[in-house]
Amino acid sequence: MSARDEVLARIRSALGPSSAPPDVPRSYSHTGSLSSEPLLDLLTERLVDYKATVHRCEPSAVAATVASLVDGRVLVPPSFSLPGATVDAAFSPVELDSFDTVVTACAAACAQTGTIVLDGSPDQGRRAISLVPDRHVCVVRADQVVETVPELLARLDPTRPLTFISGPSATSDIELQRVEGVHGPRTLIVVLAAL
Amino acid sequence: MTETFLGLPVVAPRGTGALHATDSFPKAAAVALTNEQLRRNLGHATSTIRAKRAAVVGEVPDWESLRRAGEAIKASTMASLDAQLLLLEQRVTERGGVVHWARDAAEANQIVTELVRATGVDEVVKVKSMATQEIGLNEALAEAGIQAWETDLAELIVQLGHDKPSHILVPAIHRNRTEIRDIFLRSMSGASPDLTDEPRQLAMAARAYLRRKFLSARVAVSGANFAVAETGTLVVLESEGNGRMCLTLPQTLITVMGIEKVVPTFADLEVFLQLLPRSSTGERMNPYTSMWTGVTPGDGPQEFHLVLLDNGRTAVLGDEIGRPALHCIRCSACLNVCPVYERTGGHAYGSVYPGPIGAILTPMLTGVSENPSLPYASTLCGACYEVCPVRIDIPSILVHLRSRAVAAMPPAQSPEAAAMAAASYVMRSPRRFGFAARRYRLLRRLRRLPPPLSGWTRSRDLPAPPPETFRDWWHRTRGPR
Repeated sequence: MSARDEVLARIRSALGPSSAPPDVPRSYSHTGSLSSEPLLDLLTERLVDYKATVHRCEPSAVAATVASLVDGRVLVPPSFSLPGATVDAAFSPVELDSFDTVVTACAAACAQTGTIVLDGSPDQGRRAISLVPDRHVCVVRADQVVETVPELLARLDPTRPLTFISGPSATSDIELQRVEGVHGPRTLIVVLAAL
Repeated sequence: MTETFLGLPVVAPRGTGALHATDSFPKAAAVALTNEQLRRNLGHATSTIRAKRAAVVGEVPDWESLRRAGEAIKASTMASLDAQLLLLEQRVTERGGVVHWARDAAEANQIVTELVRATGVDEVVKVKSMATQEIGLNEALAEAGIQAWETDLAELIVQLGHDKPSHILVPAIHRNRTEIRDIFLRSMSGASPDLTDEPRQLAMAARAYLRRKFLSARVAVSGANFAVAETGTLVVLESEGNGRMCLTLPQTLITVMGIEKVVPTFADLEVFLQLLPRSSTGERMNPYTSMWTGVTPGDGPQEFHLVLLDNGRTAVLGDEIGRPALHCIRCSACLNVCPVYERTGGHAYGSVYPGPIGAILTPMLTGVSENPSLPYASTLCGACYEVCPVRIDIPSILVHLRSRAVAAMPPAQSPEAAAMAAASYVMRSPRRFGFAARRYRLLRRLRRLPPPLSGWTRSRDLPAPPPETFRDWWHRTRGPR
């Protein structure tokens, strides 16, 4: 008997005659209630609480705002245009390490938890580029912001590689005290594009 | 002679992995309790995390609804675990991954070792994973000449200190900052002699130490927090970015996952992504969560293997009362609130799963007769049940396992059986009962019982006998018939 067949047989004999699985009560809240202005304020507050920096600007001023926030050698994903930046060209991890800043867009953001999600779309790039450079500048549009975690997941495509980012990298491994900045980008700057 | 019937649930065998305690809990706990530094470190760390958890859980008005949903999703998954795993296997395979099945620790270790060998490398980077700790993967790889680098800060501290993990979330919780600095100075090549014990500096030292490993690693080994059956999506929650490094930069990724980690739908994650970070690190959301489905051309590892591990889980599944122990999402909230864990620390439990969840999970994975003292490593106060994000009724399962531990013992060796036999002898005769009750009254000043009953009063006060027994009172007030 193969390991697969045996584990499956063990499961079936452990469960015995099938009984109806319990219904899942989904009475938790699914949608938020905040209007757009308080929603963006909440996202900002939660990002700042976890030591990200937030710059809010009008959509027309995104390019100028981003340009003022980058530092050193700048990397961008294929469909993100930024004068003076290098477009990702399948660089090796070591090559990626020579960039100081990466600028990306995002797929969606959740205000309640201060979370931004990247899904590998052409304006966000493959996962490695937003990981190795030490400074990540991420552009979030107001229409990408939702309030709750269920609303966030509803906007995502699970077959894409997804990275949920809530603040710069951190650890609580020393005396359970939170320290920001370990292996991931030590600086997370969010540019919130809203009227 | 024992006979193994193919297809019946089997406990985790002895010999490989880190589930079988060498000392009983009372013996190991007695040693741990003499370590004052350990108790100070644990008291400090657990009180910090308890306050953080309480604050972020208090922010969520629908917390109880989320807990009930989490409990029901897990219960419903267990009821169709075979079908969920088959769907997961199908989806992962469709997306370019390869699925392997392992009956036990030795088989899982062998699968991973062969996969690493096939890549031709002699070192791998690892994301913190309870499953690979449980099966002793690092030791098995070392025997095959493959060095495994732990990249989670706490795991690194444990590895560099030649130590054992003592907590599910923070394996080095038993170490304070000064001890960690000393470990780094002693064992971390390239650590600056000027390193202070400031947590930020220690984190920076780990960053510098592991950076080159990440950038050159070709194979990574991870665990998984969840796997979604309907989509084939794997999920890892982490904080430091070491997880992202391992899950993204190497060419080959090998994920070892207990079969109970599967959830049916992508939408089910909306419950667990709220429950787990708040219960675990006391954060609204952990800094990084990675999700991947098979292989994505041009992005991340181009070879993905998923190892599905039984190692005693089907034995837990077969215990209807104990089955909810498989619902555990490894948040460690129960450890942080447990008055026993806070004082003894994790090593005393002798298993990679310490604390209240370990006290039920470990003996069920190995069979109660292998870890018979663990179900007693609790005061049954119920704090663990109150904080459990998936409402595992740990106290009830502890009581159930105590009865299994007693039943598993030959009657001649069981103190419970001896006590019950004595009680039954005394209570069968009114004369003997009256005599015993009067004798007990004479023991009013006694605080400890003599041997062989002294074990019971070593950590308990003997209840004070009443000044007058019920029979004496009846006799005095109603008179003899």
